[in-house]
Amino acid sequence: MAKLKELAAQEEKFTGGHRGCAGCGASIIARQVLMAAENPVVVGASTGCLEVFSTIYPYTAWNVPYIHNAFENVAATMAGVETAYKALKKKGKIKKDLRFIAFGGDGGTYDIGIQALSGMIERRHRVLYVCYNNEAYMNTGIQRSSATPRGAHTTTSPAGKVIPGKMQLRKNFTEIIIAHEPAYAAQATFGFWNDLVTKVRKALDADGPSFINVYAPCRLGWAYAPEKTVKVSKMSVETCIWPLYEYQDRKYRITVKPKEKKPITEFLKMQGRFGHLFKWKDDVPIKEYQAEVDAIWERLLKRSETE
Amino acid sequence: MIVARTGNEAMAEAMRQINPDVVAAYPITPATEIVQLFSKFVHDGIVDTEFVPVESEHSACSACCGASAAGARVMTSTSSQGLALMHEILFIAAGLRLPIVICLVNRSLSSPINIHCDHSDTLASRDAGWLQIYTENVQEAYDTTIQLIKIAEQALLPGIVSTDAFIISHGMERVELIDDKDVPKFLGERKVQYSLLDVDNPITIGCLDLQDYFFEHKRSEIDAMDHVLPIIEKVQKEFGDKFGRYYSTVDEYKMDDAEIAIMAMGSTGGTAKVAVERMREKGKKVGLVRCRVYRPFPEKAMLKALTKVKVLGIMDRSDTLSALGGHLYNDARSILYESDTRPLIKNYIYGLGGRDISIEEIEKIYEELFDIQKSGKVDKNIVYFGVRGE
Repeated sequence: MAKLKELAAQEEKFTGGHRGCAGCGASIIARQVLMAAENPVVVGASTGCLEVFSTIYPYTAWNVPYIHNAFENVAATMAGVETAYKALKKKGKIKKDLRFIAFGGDGGTYDIGIQALSGMIERRHRVLYVCYNNEAYMNTGIQRSSATPRGAHTTTSPAGKVIPGKMQLRKNFTEIIIAHEPAYAAQATFGFWNDLVTKVRKALDADGPSFINVYAPCRLGWAYAPEKTVKVSKMSVETCIWPLYEYQDRKYRITVKPKEKKPITEFLKMQGRFGHLFKWKDDVPIKEYQAEVDAIWERLLKRSETE
Repeated sequence: MIVARTGNEAMAEAMRQINPDVVAAYPITPATEIVQLFSKFVHDGIVDTEFVPVESEHSACSACCGASAAGARVMTSTSSQGLALMHEILFIAAGLRLPIVICLVNRSLSSPINIHCDHSDTLASRDAGWLQIYTENVQEAYDTTIQLIKIAEQALLPGIVSTDAFIISHGMERVELIDDKDVPKFLGERKVQYSLLDVDNPITIGCLDLQDYFFEHKRSEIDAMDHVLPIIEKVQKEFGDKFGRYYSTVDEYKMDDAEIAIMAMGSTGGTAKVAVERMREKGKKVGLVRCRVYRPFPEKAMLKALTKVKVLGIMDRSDTLSALGGHLYNDARSILYESDTRPLIKNYIYGLGGRDISIEEIEKIYEELFDIQKSGKVDKNIVYFGVRGE
């Protein structure tokens, strides 16, 4: 259990003054994740919002070593960094105990970067991969990704006259990672900061590859007022849109169970990207989304009880 | 020690002796063997390299970037489609000034799919900011692999050393190996100014670089390429002084009195040397200029080699698909534009997809060049040599 006072007293590893939007979820994640790290860390980021707004030359928001290579390869790049560390440590050229963290958005993780990430985990590189999942390609201007949920409006799945937003369900990416049997995997979101910090510590302690899928409300792409970011994050958990759980030693554990599971409409109505669904001729998109959320939650409950 | 080795085996031997910190690689015909032999060295404990058997060449190049930025000495190996898949990251490795070395086997790029030799793969990556050295035989492939580590680390530029698919990669030749202990001595350890692993002095690598700084940074990379030839020449000389085998950026063969010459790259150099000897036995004074270092282009050395040449046949094992012929042809024509002694030039595109080129065929090309000298004109500047229906 992390203490807020102790975390706040730390030197900032991800500083302010960067060019993230007011109310940006990704920047909160970068800060909380780095605060949680107890060992010195080396960070990599894939191309995306976080990379762009934190490192416009000659400025950098990173007070830790940082590398950006390309869009789809942060996992491979950090696998290389971690391997160099192993090689140089073996030769006595590095003394310290370091940890390695890769940050990628959902586009760079669910879509274009899935292969490199799969390889990184299969080869057992000791890297924590953090997906800051804002459910679309926000950096290029809000295009749909395989993380975009059913019904959401994006610029490539617009709320049209005949097609109401994205027609497909989102990919259950955390489960794809779990199928790789990583040393640690979890879902988190910054509205539950202590849960996130605890998970980052567990992931960094695990002797092997780890993955945390962090839900990252995006005020611009999701269309809500900037001051609502943390509320949206919390509501995602209360509606079970984003269940908080972890997977370690072949066991599932739900880490935050909502007292009362709210209907997803409570979450949807907070955001402009779902606004059109409430004016649509039928409730099919909302029903389909609710059914998916329910099924996944039910399965999770079962798994965390029996396994 | 004198041994019999194929090109792939010799490159793997060089890698064993270099004993890099990290190798990340993916199999591809005909370069697979290099990685295969090297993984055996790793698993037998002969080297202490950390080997990363990645899931694609894209990840191979990406992992090499990460490892190199962390201060490691890094190598990989690939060919053809593999290099094409790395293409995006090649530019990033060069831009970040990471001295990665690729042991490459030249194989044609699809389509049509083919596994045999031409130079279309590396030439498609010509402008990626990597040093490119094309070798003629197994000995040169072995020696150059060792040299290139030193060149790349001194220039902070990545480099490719290549052999011709099957002709050299799988051809067994006599090779003189350097003593195991002398290779690390020749290379020394990699010295880095900045490392990602130096957590007390954190650096940010790969910033977003916009209109106000990008150009200066790109210019400094170009500047490194502009100034690398003296480093290459210095390392070639050090290597020669130490091990007795001297190399130059441009390999001149019987050029002292030649007015008729052929320019080529790779193993064709060896075939052409025999053709030169046969022609000379017939009393015909011909020569060969083999472009060994292709990137950067050794303009001065090349012009010097061509001073007396009246007719030049340029043999390209590639085509630019631009209606302008082969790569070497375009480079050579470009440097000769302001030369006082501009030869007549004919471009022979040959051997695509591994089609063999024989000594007799090269002799035939020399004869054609004599005809051009006699007539004083080139009827057709670009010909596709040895292709049906031409």
